[in-house]
Amino acid sequence: MPDSRWNILLLRLGALLLALIFTFLILLAVGAQPFSVFGDIVGGALGSSSRFSNVLSAWVPLVLVSAGLLITFSAGLWNIGIEGQIMLGAIFTTGAIRLLQETALPPALVLALAIIAGMLGGALWASLAGVMKTFGGVNEIFGGLGLNFVSTSISLWLIFGPWKRPGVASMSGTEPFDEAFRLATFQGLRLSPWALLLGIAAVILVYFLLRGTYFGLRLKAVGKNPRASYILGIPTWQHMMLAFFLCGALGGLAGAVQVTAVYHRLIPAISSGYGYMGLMIGMLVNFHPVWAAPVALFFAALNIGSIQLPILHKLDSSLAGVLQGVLVLFVLLAEGIRQKYFNRKAASS
Amino acid sequence: MNVELQNIHKTFGSVHANDNINLSIPAGMIQGILGENGAGKSTLMKVLSGFIQADSGTIFLDGKPVIIHSPADAIKQGVGMLHQDPLDFPPLKVIDNFILGQPGGLFLDHATAISDFKRLADQFGFHINPNAYTDSLTVGERQQLEILRLLWLGARVLILDEPTTGISALQKEKLFATLKILAKEGKTIIFVSHKLEDVEVLCDRVAVLQQGKLVGEMSPPFNAEKLVEMMFGKVITFGGRASFDPGESVLRLENISVEDYRLKIQRVSLNLRQCEVIGLAGMEGSGQSLFLQACAGLVRPTGGHLYLKGADLTTHTYHDFKKNGVVYLPAARLEEGLVPGMTLTEHVILAGEQRGMFINRAAATQKSQENIKSFNIKGRPESSVESLSGGNQQRALLSLMNDPLDLILVEHPTRGLDIESVMYIWSKLKERCRQGTSIFFISSDLDEILQYSDRILVFFSGQVSPPIDAATTSVEQLGQLIGGKGWEKITNTTEAANA
Repeated sequence: MPDSRWNILLLRLGALLLALIFTFLILLAVGAQPFSVFGDIVGGALGSSSRFSNVLSAWVPLVLVSAGLLITFSAGLWNIGIEGQIMLGAIFTTGAIRLLQETALPPALVLALAIIAGMLGGALWASLAGVMKTFGGVNEIFGGLGLNFVSTSISLWLIFGPWKRPGVASMSGTEPFDEAFRLATFQGLRLSPWALLLGIAAVILVYFLLRGTYFGLRLKAVGKNPRASYILGIPTWQHMMLAFFLCGALGGLAGAVQVTAVYHRLIPAISSGYGYMGLMIGMLVNFHPVWAAPVALFFAALNIGSIQLPILHKLDSSLAGVLQGVLVLFVLLAEGIRQKYFNRKAASS
Repeated sequence: MNVELQNIHKTFGSVHANDNINLSIPAGMIQGILGENGAGKSTLMKVLSGFIQADSGTIFLDGKPVIIHSPADAIKQGVGMLHQDPLDFPPLKVIDNFILGQPGGLFLDHATAISDFKRLADQFGFHINPNAYTDSLTVGERQQLEILRLLWLGARVLILDEPTTGISALQKEKLFATLKILAKEGKTIIFVSHKLEDVEVLCDRVAVLQQGKLVGEMSPPFNAEKLVEMMFGKVITFGGRASFDPGESVLRLENISVEDYRLKIQRVSLNLRQCEVIGLAGMEGSGQSLFLQACAGLVRPTGGHLYLKGADLTTHTYHDFKKNGVVYLPAARLEEGLVPGMTLTEHVILAGEQRGMFINRAAATQKSQENIKSFNIKGRPESSVESLSGGNQQRALLSLMNDPLDLILVEHPTRGLDIESVMYIWSKLKERCRQGTSIFFISSDLDEILQYSDRILVFFSGQVSPPIDAATTSVEQLGQLIGGKGWEKITNTTEAANA
């Protein structure tokens, strides 16, 4: 079927339209003015260079996480534990900076080491879910979910316990780092060029990993048919473990960026739900790396654009989440209908 | 209940699985149904038990024409089927399994069910604890549970599909006694099997299916030779078996034992030599698959030793075997052999050797084009494997084999393929033999076994025959062995030889 590519694109656009209409109706139902709300979301995201730079700094962790999840998706794994992996990345990064900031090491080196530590933290946390899956028979969805709760508890314990601010422990997090231990930002903006670079590099790397390498192709084979892959000579569980490890490293990197470029400390909600958003993006782009970057940008824009909704419209900013969630549901629904319809046609012919 | 099947037809694609079957079974009779794999036994029984609908034809129960829509509908009309693999829920308790199929009611009446269960079980002398978990039962006990359940639901016709596989001799005796009691009570028993001796002991009458047709019926006294002939048809003799001087030992088995949850293969010793082809014959599920997978390292033997060119690989995994020149080609091509959703070229990359980190797509496409040409695959390098026909999938699978190979283990190399593909695939396999590769292959086609093997192993319920020289045996002898007859003769001779 040569036009199926266009069919899919049309269906996606149709789903987007439906999601907008649905949100429109919800806005009407709560007595808001939908057009003005949509307009303000667009304005809030793209209205000024500082706003757009905020969109980009939300894009970075989102695209890192999405890129990582594309690896596990390829291997047929649902790495729900990504939230916890972001968290552990943030914890390891914070820990490394706290450990090294008093030493004589140059701050740039400390930052680099801290970011590497963050990747390692995320990777180890993901490997834990992987080990439970391969050797303990625990489905990675359940294992990951459990580990997410554990990681939240660890970060709360650190913030209110060993790492509490002198005198007062609060939900606002640990003591902020000195200027020297923060990633440099563009003049007058909150966006760090280093973070942006890391995000872009991750997408390109994952693209080539999945498209061009033996590893990527084997990963896909393992995801589609582990038994046949094994018989074709592919070390199955090793590939799954490596997928977990790499995805965790990218999740950990997202956590490290959150700490070093955005918050400059460890806060309880450091993952900001980016892990779950990354899962939604993975489903939305149907696991194609090329689309992950623009869709992540769209999601980031929605998030940043809705920040001022409470002030302008007395609406909660979670409207962005409603729109994103509804969009994913409609896209999946459209895909399901397409497959059912398509399969029936194939079966009857 | 009287069961009558009239002019039953059922086709699957181009296969006529049931071709005008007429069979009338009076109440109180134990009717045997014999036939080799693919003869149409299961199809016929599935039609009768509501799993599938016939294309045409009528089923009469006690003289009345009925339409059976589903298995639930069948049991409502009094027809219950006992499947070869028990259709129960191992994590549940016996009593919950017992109640499960019962229609109606929001709440479970455990007390009544338990007392009913005990009364029924006592009647046949079954000793099953209703509160035990089903996964702690033996296959035989699970079968007993299933019989009780069907009777409790009101089955007056009981269909049993290969019920004697995987149960102990004692349980078999009990099963047969139970079936005889049930028949005396006026129940109709339909006993589907390929085991001649079971049929002889138990059945009042036997119907034989062959290639979808009912080719004959027989009442006691049964004539085993005649039955085998009906099952397998007239013997066609082939010329030109690929015979080579067998070389040195490739695979040596020393008292190898393997088992799964229903079968035990014990203490098999064998020496496979270079260039040799050994065919594994037997009804499906008699242990040949298990045996082959043990030879590939996919199933770990429970005892004995396995040497590949002198090296002990007993506890090694398939990947170690693969490195040592062994390849396993599974019967389930799309489930185990190939990766659906990936193209021929991608398979070439996956199966081939890795050169560097990045894939050279152009080279892989060229290699896949060469494969397509030399294996005559009807497809393109970018065709996904599931879009190919069965024959072409099999060719694709063969084309992925590496060079050089010492041993090919292949399940059903030509099952479901057109004759042209069959010839082609064997020509490719024989080519490998000439280059020094040995082959183990499983087939349900006795002609194929006889034509291409140098030696033959026959499997029956986990029993393995000593190697039989293909030149000195016949379809009749193999057919009898597959049906469990004539084993004393061959085992005695080898014991004598061993002594």
